[in-house]
Amino acid sequence: MKAHLRHCLSAWLCGFLFLVAAVAAAAELPALTGRVVDDANLLDSAAEAALTEKLAAFERKSSDQIVVATINSLDGEAIEPFSNRLFRAWGLGQAREDNGILLLVALNDRKMRIEVGYGLEGTLTDLHSRLIIENTMVPAFRAGDFAGGISRAVDDIIMVLEGNAAELEARARRFEEQSGGTDWPAVLFIALWATLFFGGFASAILPPIFGRKIGPRRYRWLGMTFDYTPRRRAGGGRGWSPGGWSSGGWSGGGGFSGGGGSSGGGGASGSW
Amino acid sequence: MQLSLPFSSSRVRAFIVLLFALPLLSACGFNTIPTQEEQAKAAWSEVLNQYQRRADLIPNLVETVKGYAAHEREVLEGVVEARAKATQVQVTPEMLTDPEAFRIFQENQAQLTGALSRLLAVVENYPDLKANQNFLALQAQLEGTENRIAVARRDYIEAVRQYNTSLRTFPTILWAKFWYTDAQPMQTFTISEENMNAPQVNFGNGG
Repeated sequence: MKAHLRHCLSAWLCGFLFLVAAVAAAAELPALTGRVVDDANLLDSAAEAALTEKLAAFERKSSDQIVVATINSLDGEAIEPFSNRLFRAWGLGQAREDNGILLLVALNDRKMRIEVGYGLEGTLTDLHSRLIIENTMVPAFRAGDFAGGISRAVDDIIMVLEGNAAELEARARRFEEQSGGTDWPAVLFIALWATLFFGGFASAILPPIFGRKIGPRRYRWLGMTFDYTPRRRAGGGRGWSPGGWSSGGWSGGGGFSGGGGSSGGGGASGSW
Repeated sequence: MQLSLPFSSSRVRAFIVLLFALPLLSACGFNTIPTQEEQAKAAWSEVLNQYQRRADLIPNLVETVKGYAAHEREVLEGVVEARAKATQVQVTPEMLTDPEAFRIFQENQAQLTGALSRLLAVVENYPDLKANQNFLALQAQLEGTENRIAVARRDYIEAVRQYNTSLRTFPTILWAKFWYTDAQPMQTFTISEENMNAPQVNFGNGG
């Protein structure tokens, strides 16, 4: 049993080390510092603030997460795999809806891409993305107006997403139900387990404290008799090993973070 | 009334031992192989789905090109033939462990990729066609599909890598040897990305 336990431990340790390695390998991706990640400094602070506000307002309304990212260089990588990697690393869009959009501009490579999450592929089609790039972004970028091009492209994206108004509302409603509504089966499940788990402790600890002693190792509490006489049979003490609790960390709080959505490579690329 | 502590009867004790043993069992890799197998199969379905999507776009594309460049018969026929061949061979998730079926599927799709890139290279010579709205729409869709194929292939390769690694590494190899004895390593793409790569459809630079 001990060796068995050690194997489990080593497997977990390996998994942990692998996770660390994976994080290290993807280190060249920019950090998600907000809805506008302007690493190439294409936007002044006023434009950035306005854009952030616009994107935040749209997410409040629709739950769709749009993020604008500008980088200096792709370091020789094609823009499509890079933007897909970035999209997945940031987890844009809500987890079950996959309704994220990444507008990526690579300054030195003179390339841009609109990467669309799985859930929005039907609304913002590849053709829409391409038309936005060709008709809105490319002319502005050629004229050197990066802020204007990006801002108008975001307007276009929002317009397309709002154009399918019925679907937009349905998406927002679905998300509200998921996040706002109480999940009663889960609550019941947790309550049952908490009762079993803490009930054992409570019956072991509380009666000697609050109960009335009615004999050696016997207490009366809440109308029940608790007997703590050690049992003879089944040699050895009773082992009580609490199972491990793994916490699924809740990140967030304050800063902006992706909702856990994914992308399958929808969207379009262009260059100027 | 005597309310005894937990573990009064041996049956309750056995139940509780089982309760704690089961998660431990799964933590030691009992579930790993079936889980990863299903993930690889799902990733493969996505690959097939995207290849099918590409095949569905081609008849429309060929018709549109025909309207402007009917005398490029050879290239057009090459695409139609390659498409017919590629759609004939289907690799279901159950056939993923068969190297021969996988090789044929892969080669057929590579041929279709090559035929498509020749077609799109020919299109360069027809400015009217390149300005055609229908063609632009098809081209955007084809580009998007090629990119989705690339993503789906990457996801599949990664899923298979994990699955095949589980079959050969400790401790999951024990489960593979003694329990999942019919689990075979799955095939993955061997033709390089360059040969398989998307046709150069990057001719949309405003002209």
